[in-house]
Amino acid sequence: MNLTNEQMQRYSRHIILKEVGGKGQKKLLSSKVLIIGTGGLGAPAAMFLAAAGIGNIGLVDFDTVELSNLQRQIIHFTDDVDKPKVQSGRETINKMNPDVNVTTYEEIITAANIKDIIKDKDYDFIIDGTDNFPAKFLINDACVMLQKPFSHAGIIRFKGQTMTYLPGKGPCYRCVFQTPPPADAVPTCKQAGVLGVMGGIIGTIQATEAIKYVLGIGSLLNSYLLTYDALNMEFRKIKIPHNHKCGVCGDHPTITELIDYDQPQCEFKR
Amino acid sequence: MKITVNGEKITLEKAVTVEELLVVTHAETPEYVTVQINDEFVDRSDFTDKLVNDGDTVEYLYFMGGGSL
Ligand SMILES: [Zn+2]
Repeated sequence: MNLTNEQMQRYSRHIILKEVGGKGQKKLLSSKVLIIGTGGLGAPAAMFLAAAGIGNIGLVDFDTVELSNLQRQIIHFTDDVDKPKVQSGRETINKMNPDVNVTTYEEIITAANIKDIIKDKDYDFIIDGTDNFPAKFLINDACVMLQKPFSHAGIIRFKGQTMTYLPGKGPCYRCVFQTPPPADAVPTCKQAGVLGVMGGIIGTIQATEAIKYVLGIGSLLNSYLLTYDALNMEFRKIKIPHNHKCGVCGDHPTITELIDYDQPQCEFKR
Repeated sequence: MKITVNGEKITLEKAVTVEELLVVTHAETPEYVTVQINDEFVDRSDFTDKLVNDGDTVEYLYFMGGGSL
């Protein structure tokens, strides 16, 4: 595959970077990234990955666009209210960059379907843009079992966090957080609120990790939890060890099947 | 004794357990926080016994769930 003249122009600011070049841009164009959740985190991640020329983007979301989403989920517009989020996301990406093939999965991820979704296109990298702990643990366990790299993130109020799992290279999400907290034990965005830009900052970091992974450049957030406090404008990169007692990636894993945690999806319809 | 908690240096009169430290430092949702001392996880079952020592670096790692909605 050679870059067309139009692609040479579109990606010229990438191509001029010695870490990317024409070769790297071709890698991006042939790469496959799955984004689970097209909300606060997934929306900006998807847009920057599309702009960067990630050639295949999968979008997973069961939800429809609501007016209260638009304060932060920038891939959706006012006219998109009531549309399925994956459809709205696909339309925005198609308008932005015709180089990107978008595959949509309008479904709730469960133990029964998540591996098939990841294997559908044999995605190279997965972005967790979900809002609830059952989904976060499900994505983690599926990625560990399939040995797929993924980026975890969460945002709430003025704070965010993100870490990257690379198979065999550092901890997984469950190494740090053994099991989901009970429903309502820790606040969610709906209950607590979130500054709209938080997803932009953290979701864009997730997109950066995906791009670096595909290009094979720099160092990733494996073995680190990056936390961001917008009120104090403070980033902290906390080193985290692999947990040998981890239920899914430890020395003696006890979790060998995916688990649908018995916890409701966040209540948000009104 | 002086310790570092989440990047901030704090001074304590005497040695405390992890459980006591969570209280004096006003940790949010202490029942669900993951605690790491000097780059090693502390088992929750050890929170009541494990002492925080002079010079230790302690990190609280919190659940953060939001994103999609
Ligand atoms: Zn693990």
